[in-house]
Amino acid sequence: MYVAVKGGETAIAHSLDLIADKRRGDRDVAELSLEQIDQQLGLAVDRVMTEGSCYDRALAALAVKQARGDLVEAIFLLRAYRTTLPRFGDSVPIDTTSMVVERRISGTFKDVPGGQVLGPTYDYTHRLLDFSLAASGARPHAPTAPVDSAQALPRVGDILERDGLLEPPPPGKSEGETAEDLTRQPLALPASRPLRLQNLARGDEGFLLALGYSTQRGYGNNHPFVGEIRFGSVPVSFVPEELGFAIEIADIDVTECDMVNQFAGSHDVPPQFTRGYGLAFGHAERKAIAMALVDRALRAQELSESADSPAQDEEFVLAHSDNVEASGFVQHLKLPHYVDFQSELVTVRALREEVEKRNRRAALDQAAE
Amino acid sequence: MPDSNIQEGAYNYAYLDEQTKRMIRRAILKAVAVPGYQVPFGGREMPLPYGWGTGGIQVTAAIIGQDDTLKVIDQGADDTTNAVSIRRFFAKVADVATTTSTEEATIIQTRHRVPETPLREGQILVFQVPIPEPLRMLEPRETETRTLHALSEYGVMQVSLYESIARHGRIAKTYNYPVMVNGRYIMSPSPIPKFDNPKLDRSPALQLYGAGREKRIYAVPPYTPVKSLDFDDHPFEVESWTECCALCGSRESFLDEMIVDDAGKRMFICSDTDWCERRR
Amino acid sequence: MSGSLLSAPILSARGLTKRFGGRIACRDIDFDLWPGEVLGVVGESGSGKTTLLNCLAGRMTPEAGAITYDSAAYGPVDVHGLSEARRRLLSRTEWGFVNQDARDGLRMGVSAGANIGERLMAVGARHYGDIRRTAADWLDRVEIEPDRLDDRPTTYSGGMRQRLQIARNLVSKPRLVFMDEPTGGLDVSVQARILDLLRGLVGTLNLSAVLVTHDLGVARLLTHRLMVMQGGRVVEDGLTDQVLDDPQHAYTQMLVASILPV
Repeated sequence: MYVAVKGGETAIAHSLDLIADKRRGDRDVAELSLEQIDQQLGLAVDRVMTEGSCYDRALAALAVKQARGDLVEAIFLLRAYRTTLPRFGDSVPIDTTSMVVERRISGTFKDVPGGQVLGPTYDYTHRLLDFSLAASGARPHAPTAPVDSAQALPRVGDILERDGLLEPPPPGKSEGETAEDLTRQPLALPASRPLRLQNLARGDEGFLLALGYSTQRGYGNNHPFVGEIRFGSVPVSFVPEELGFAIEIADIDVTECDMVNQFAGSHDVPPQFTRGYGLAFGHAERKAIAMALVDRALRAQELSESADSPAQDEEFVLAHSDNVEASGFVQHLKLPHYVDFQSELVTVRALREEVEKRNRRAALDQAAE
Repeated sequence: MPDSNIQEGAYNYAYLDEQTKRMIRRAILKAVAVPGYQVPFGGREMPLPYGWGTGGIQVTAAIIGQDDTLKVIDQGADDTTNAVSIRRFFAKVADVATTTSTEEATIIQTRHRVPETPLREGQILVFQVPIPEPLRMLEPRETETRTLHALSEYGVMQVSLYESIARHGRIAKTYNYPVMVNGRYIMSPSPIPKFDNPKLDRSPALQLYGAGREKRIYAVPPYTPVKSLDFDDHPFEVESWTECCALCGSRESFLDEMIVDDAGKRMFICSDTDWCERRR
Repeated sequence: MSGSLLSAPILSARGLTKRFGGRIACRDIDFDLWPGEVLGVVGESGSGKTTLLNCLAGRMTPEAGAITYDSAAYGPVDVHGLSEARRRLLSRTEWGFVNQDARDGLRMGVSAGANIGERLMAVGARHYGDIRRTAADWLDRVEIEPDRLDDRPTTYSGGMRQRLQIARNLVSKPRLVFMDEPTGGLDVSVQARILDLLRGLVGTLNLSAVLVTHDLGVARLLTHRLMVMQGGRVVEDGLTDQVLDDPQHAYTQMLVASILPV
């Protein structure tokens, strides 16, 4: 005799205990501290902040710990927490021209004013597993040249723009105009460029990487050159109502990529190089470059180029870039769907019966002849 | 979500802050004023993933109060894990009475079913919606489907129904069956089986539909005509079973099919657990 | 309000000009199309004839000039002054547009029956049997085998697709049909059959049409009057036979002379 099984509540409670247990792992192994994650898994923290749309290293480290290293899950945790935070207002736009630079390179010129500052990067490492890391041990600090924080490095883009070779950057928001905010309003298509950039900044790195890659392989190639990549710290300023003037409230690390792309022009309009832009929290060059490639691809229509590749399809890119949305919907297939499936079963059985009935009748008719 | 994250006073009533609730209520009012029209709203990330009912949760959170009694079902049952999870969420963040009884509830949040017990005036049915756009599988572009709705250009939907008859001899759509609301907008009733579509027509209850990931809310006010699309010579029909419920004997409810042994023996039981229990 | 004054043109253009950036695609085009007339627009590729057609059909917006259509639903209307909703409705009911490539004018993923029935369903037809019968009737009129009604156009030959596109357009009994190289890209023998079909249908249904083609043979067969375009301008116009038998303008003379004698 079938008895309907109840016990969803108990099953859930046990499942929560199990996952907490798995997360901690072997109790004889030292527990991770948030400081360890922030310091020694810093690039994971950077990604979670960028796609979680929230700059807070401690919170991001906590999310990474709670998610057992699953970064998409960590991003979800941070976003959900962000929902509960009160909004005081918008900051003044950050000024990356005055960034205190740790690393700055350009692919378009051999040398640039201020120099090519290699800084900390995996680019020149040989990808050989370093087994000395398996053991712990003190490492001496790397020698660094003194940082001249007074000297802002001039932008390569500004140099090109001065000569009219590069289009000017699009105008920023005007006085009194509130910025559009994807975390407060739904995406409206067609999207303005600020909204597109916001969507891409918090978009999944893997998705943007694939799309950016596709443009380089011919699916909407826009002849990209890295005009400049800079990584370093910038101050964040805010104008509180009570004071009426700007105060610096934090220093954040950002990675910025200025892409120099395919020139546009015509018989009457002198050609200029065009731009793509990428920005991420922390040190995230792969994300910033991919984002700049996709940004430029999405400008195809604006620049009167033919737009038939996936990376140039605004609706396709912006609707699928959010990994919290994607992960939720993809994984929701695990939820019970047995009622919908039952409807399908009933119909498929009926259709099969009709076809079989027709075939039997046809066979009988044939036999009768 | 681990219980330890919800401390006393750490979250506003029903989790969302008052401004967000106001924004959602404005969207709901707009939706009620234009039955079947999808109103965009600034949906938030919730502690449950997209796809798990965040739209329904946000709608419920915006309307629920301490005097309400909440019922949550998934696939018609109160005790499926997702229904349990959502009910626990509201019990904690809204300090509200919960129930498994359709008759006692003032708000019923549901995934993929309409309760068998007829609803009455004053009750609110909140649907969890994965894809709010009924034309989405025929036209992937939102910019185009928006225009089709605005201009009442629904030829493409009727074409898909024609095609189904041409291929299968009948309209083979079984759940998420498209409806015309108030004679103006084609709407997705969410993935309820077509068996439940007739319950939507001129229901005394208020129907609210929330799609969290797609960020759309729509509504059907009480006593609004809701007509399932069909052809004059291929009228809309609901599913039927030759069996009755093995537990309560019902011949009028939607039945779940259970496979009870290795030989594939089958048993049919009411999907609506509350309905079934009352009859026994 | 009906526009059935027999003395009024069904379609008029005045000073029609369309630019693409610095390039002028068509300049100062004037003409009147009368009910029951087929007007041909001929010229080499780049002459502006397709751009003209797209402007007339509301698919492109001209920089200057006016296009007036005498509609059955609203009387004489300025095609580009209409709301998008009305223009889209007109293009599905009173107008037809036969594309050079049938794939641009068909739903390749649904059956022929659905393709033909769509215009009927779009204006409220709700009887499956009737829609199907009408669609089958039209398949017959465009000389496609009736057992192909449930097949998708992906399984059709190029000529069949074109005939299907014609049926899909004509089922709503349009008053005005735009045709862009309707037989371009098809086999010569296939072309001949479709031209015959078109000529017959235009006659029995008393259609008005604007037909763009680079093929003077097609123009001779289907059109009553002809406009010859070169570099965006109309250089000559008149009765088709007159223009082709006795061309006045040097460009027309060159066009006519370059037809290989068969």
